Amino acid sequence: MLSFELAQNMALPWLALPVFLPLFSAILLIALRPLGITLARAISGTSVSILLICVVYFTASGLGDTAQVYPMGNWPAPFGIVWVYDRLSGLMLLLTALLAMVSFLYTIATDEDKKGAHFHALFQAQLFGLNGAFLTGDVFNLFVFFEVLLIASYGLMLHGGGAARSRAGLHYIVINLMGSTIFLFAVGALYGVLGTLNLADLALKISQAPASTYGLIAAASFLLFVVFAIKAAAFPLYLWLPGTYSETAAPVAALFAIMTKVGLYALLRVHGTLFNEHTAPFDLINLIDPWMRLLGLVTLIMATFGVMAAINLRRQVAYLVLASVGTLMIALGINTTDALTGGLYYWIHTTLMTAGFFLLAGQIVRTRGDQIGQTRPPMPHALLAGSLFMMYAIGLAGLPPLTGFFGKTMILFAALASPLWVPIYATVLLSSVLMVVALARSGNALFYRVDHAPLPTELAPSPMPLGNSKLSWVAVALPLSLVFLMVIASKPLTQWLTLTSAQIQDTPRYIQRVLHPSRTEPVPNFAPHPAHVPEAS
Amino acid sequence: MAILFALLIGVLTAIGVYLSLRAQTFPVVMGLTLLSYAVNLFLFGTGRLASNAAAVIEPHATYTDPLPQALVLTAIVIAFAMTAFVIVLALKTRAELGSDHVDGAADQPAPPTAAHKNTSC
Repeated sequence: MLSFELAQNMALPWLALPVFLPLFSAILLIALRPLGITLARAISGTSVSILLICVVYFTASGLGDTAQVYPMGNWPAPFGIVWVYDRLSGLMLLLTALLAMVSFLYTIATDEDKKGAHFHALFQAQLFGLNGAFLTGDVFNLFVFFEVLLIASYGLMLHGGGAARSRAGLHYIVINLMGSTIFLFAVGALYGVLGTLNLADLALKISQAPASTYGLIAAASFLLFVVFAIKAAAFPLYLWLPGTYSETAAPVAALFAIMTKVGLYALLRVHGTLFNEHTAPFDLINLIDPWMRLLGLVTLIMATFGVMAAINLRRQVAYLVLASVGTLMIALGINTTDALTGGLYYWIHTTLMTAGFFLLAGQIVRTRGDQIGQTRPPMPHALLAGSLFMMYAIGLAGLPPLTGFFGKTMILFAALASPLWVPIYATVLLSSVLMVVALARSGNALFYRVDHAPLPTELAPSPMPLGNSKLSWVAVALPLSLVFLMVIASKPLTQWLTLTSAQIQDTPRYIQRVLHPSRTEPVPNFAPHPAHVPEAS
Repeated sequence: MAILFALLIGVLTAIGVYLSLRAQTFPVVMGLTLLSYAVNLFLFGTGRLASNAAAVIEPHATYTDPLPQALVLTAIVIAFAMTAFVIVLALKTRAELGSDHVDGAADQPAPPTAAHKNTSC
């Protein structure tokens, strides 16, 4: 037991690795850019590989079974910024590293990184921001990492250029800048009322807050909800997503599959910690849950319409991302352990599958063009592309042999506990049927409506760009094989996820771990600045 | 002072929201800038407004809360970088799409005055 704890303490500083490794790689990549693309790929690939190994080790060693707290610079929790690694963070880090690996392989296979400067540096900066956002235990630090991942994503999104990409990028950037401003207003309001920014300390201070401050705290909570809903692309705020995801390059869109999940992660982490039923005052418990369920339903409906109406494949996949956001918001809004377990299972599934589907769409764009309605000459590798398309479509629509079915089933079972179960059942099941129809129609149009007559040369599709074609297919198939593993290992995975959702809901334990990491030390006395101490009245 | 400060933040936010809802990129950038000014002042205000308070902590003295100032500094730097980025992007879209409309709408088929003439005829 002692040696186990010792090993855990030894592992603690290694928590800095997933954050700082991509940062240093990004700096190195900028400095060594004149030495050519091969070196850049080597650095970027090494960084992503080490990241993946490190994160898999963290997950496999059970490091997150109790929340691990790493105080930066040894400043104790409410004063310094802490990093908290628990199962949820570990899961998100693992998903990020997997997507990064897949996206990196596809990028080097298709020479996407040669279309503009600094692709790999931006890629690493994006990983830096994502990993930081998943590890931090401080609200303002979360804002900073959001900005880091956003500014990297702006660069990545615009990588390669083109008018359509610039227009979609402008929308994406302006709405996210609005989101950042609202985030700062919310953080400022929380700090002004409670005098702290550490998540655990905020939860503690909310439980002790006088009733006169509830209004302000609730307002800040809803402002934060708006911000995270922008990131997650929930109903009234999703309009930026289809354009952005369908216009950007395929490997970037695949990496962006984790971006909507950042918003959902923040909802789960911030609102789950601050406004849970164990510590929050009665009036503030689960304020946003009814809104999550309702907006999730509407998002799912709108996304289904989008999937049916999309005129090209990439836009259709972008709406599938939106559909998964709607389903996940329903699951998070029900907010029981069962619902979270099903939601997390569906979460892993949809992140991997949409990423893979974006890459497949990229392959189809390169060889055929992805306008669904047009009749085109037969594409090369049509059998391979068609088989992969069918499996991705089955998985994302939620048909039985693949994980989408299991995830949706778990969520629907958990939904029986919710008073809204009738509309939830109706929407989820009907949307699945409609998505099957829409995807079958596009598959039919893409692979069967083929013009065998030779085209005049000026209309013929340009020959496939140079690059390692085999490697790009490996990258497309990799997420699918992971999803097959998820089907085989469903039982242990579900057990692990049940423990994860129980850990997410156990806020008292989280507070205890963050504020008193070791019982041998005296409990620190952390009074906020006098301005924030409420007057006893 | 507090009322004046609150009014200032409110007016800045209102103008910022109004401008960022405009259809041309330049007012949108101006609106985002004004919003970031408003939020910086707001963050500064969360440390409570005080005059004659020491900046450095002394025992038994009233001192200003230093944290909001650090937060504002971070927020200013980030807003500054983002504004620069969005200006460059706005110029790029202006050049690529030939229009400074946020949707990149090309020139209207007929200017509004001509449309009026058509309807009046």
